[in-house]
Amino acid sequence: MSAAESFLERAPIELRDWAVHFLPSQLQWFAHHIITIVAVLAVFGLFFAFTTVAERKLLGRLQNRLGPNRSGLPKFSILPWHIRHKLFGLSQPFADAVKALTKEDIVPAAADKVLHFLAPVVVVGFSLMTFAVLPFGRNLIPVELDAALLYFFAAGSATELAIFMAGWSSRNKYSLLAAMRALAQLISYELPLILSVVPVVLVASTLSTSAIVQAQGAWTFGVLPHWFVFTPWGFAGFIIFLISTLAESNRSPFDLPEAESELIAGHLTEYSGFKYALFFMAEYFGLTALSGLGVTVFLGGWQAPCEFLEFIPSYLWFMGKLVCMIVFFIWIRGTLLRLRIDQLTRLSWQFLVPLALLNVGNAAFWALTAQWSGPLQLVRWAISAAVVIVPFLLIGRSLSAGYAPRTYRYAP
Amino acid sequence: MLGSGIIKGLAVTAKNFLGSYHDPARMVTVEYPEQRTVLPDAYRNFPFLVCEDAADPIGTLRCVACQICEKECPPQCIVIEKSKDKKPDATGKPQLYPITFNIDVAVCMSCQLCVELCPFDSIKMDKVFEIATTNRFGGLLVTREQLAKPNSYYHQIHPVEAAEVDARLTAERKAAEEKAKAAAAAKLAAAAAKAAPPAAKPSDGPSEASAKEGPKS
Repeated sequence: MSAAESFLERAPIELRDWAVHFLPSQLQWFAHHIITIVAVLAVFGLFFAFTTVAERKLLGRLQNRLGPNRSGLPKFSILPWHIRHKLFGLSQPFADAVKALTKEDIVPAAADKVLHFLAPVVVVGFSLMTFAVLPFGRNLIPVELDAALLYFFAAGSATELAIFMAGWSSRNKYSLLAAMRALAQLISYELPLILSVVPVVLVASTLSTSAIVQAQGAWTFGVLPHWFVFTPWGFAGFIIFLISTLAESNRSPFDLPEAESELIAGHLTEYSGFKYALFFMAEYFGLTALSGLGVTVFLGGWQAPCEFLEFIPSYLWFMGKLVCMIVFFIWIRGTLLRLRIDQLTRLSWQFLVPLALLNVGNAAFWALTAQWSGPLQLVRWAISAAVVIVPFLLIGRSLSAGYAPRTYRYAP
Repeated sequence: MLGSGIIKGLAVTAKNFLGSYHDPARMVTVEYPEQRTVLPDAYRNFPFLVCEDAADPIGTLRCVACQICEKECPPQCIVIEKSKDKKPDATGKPQLYPITFNIDVAVCMSCQLCVELCPFDSIKMDKVFEIATTNRFGGLLVTREQLAKPNSYYHQIHPVEAAEVDARLTAERKAAEEKAKAAAAAKLAAAAAKAAPPAAKPSDGPSEASAKEGPKS
């Protein structure tokens, strides 16, 4: 394949190998991994920074506001000149970082000091660990694991432990109760999240993320990609995955754990300054990692959507899809209202989990009928689509019976 | 169908997003220090003192230090000190004048009672709202010199009201003039009627004489 050989495709790997070859051979593997870690931290650190500013700007536009556009270049008193350009507010995240760093860090007197300190560190650590198994490009995967999906979900769920650590160690009843609510939410949505990925594992018959991406790398007529999202079960899985991702990363409309307008700040009540910023950062890292997994599992990973577009390097495709996912999540945040805790758990246990379970059966059917061809192919698609649509309509109707459409008795 | 409401909602916000780039009716934000809206005509916040002449603001203050506003001010933010001597006012009549006229705008509640009570139309409401200072004691205590602003400025900020005030003041001054003239004529007539040898002595002399000299700025 010529695309795999192109210079831009190999450039990051070549650069790393060139940097490593100066070292003695015993140290090379170590340097190799250090460079990978630094690269992931740098790229996704910056990605986080600009996600926050993009989120604020986009939310502004979605609500007919401008969003942050004033932070410019700082005035350095050593320099005789000051460039007065606002940079369209793009330096906002750096100003925010300076603000968070210079804020007072208050630890409650009765708090468990060690756990209170450890919780933000652990939450960032685990959410960063999930990046290790995402294939960012054709040759760019930090760690090639056979059980990558298992590893991803194990590391991702460990952040729930940190959230409970934060709630418990604050020695504050609001924090503790909110942490329990957060746990209830996260565990409720862990199930549909994992169940939505199981069909892909069934069809691709592998847990390795890079093999899953490879399995999606073909085109019908060179333009229609074989991404899993373009199959009935894949589409259903993707939607369930999206909803569960929103809930797992505590984002609107599932941002109950720290509903800033209703609760104090949930499990973050006793956190301030940079520790608070670390939780914030972990939330975005978690969102980015889960979006990256969604891209990998359903949206074809680093594969180009059309064959003739393969000349664009694979990591750009990955980042492009990732940005689309993030923008979609921001769009959702700017549109939907927050759910109540009972609505939230009801949605998970009565709607998403049954659909995700059915979807696993659907994928099993798809995997078993892989050799059907000709007109049978149409039958296969019809059956699979029916298994998605009919339960959706039935469960949806029974769930919303008595709830919708809402009648307003006093308003016109 | 379940979820159709979400799609409708997404369409609404998408319209907002796109509209905010090309539809000025959607984007109502005014970026304040650089862009400003025109304040409404009825806008008013803190009082200022009207003077007749911009070149000599303190000398031509309309205020005669009657202290009505000081006494009536609900939050007691006005401090006036009367002068010992008298100076001729705009009509030439000798009047007291304030040697101190301080308003603590940190205390002022913008009730406009001083404006409504003032019998001399000398205190009016201003439109300057950017009064933030780094010193909350001295910086927010506005003195006579800062308060004195010419009548032309008053015309600029509240044109309708200022025209009305000017018309009334001219009318009053004209009436006073007529009255003085009539009184003088009457006195003259009385003096003539008495036909007393002593010539008509100037009665209230200076004030009437200067009152005729012409009012108004």
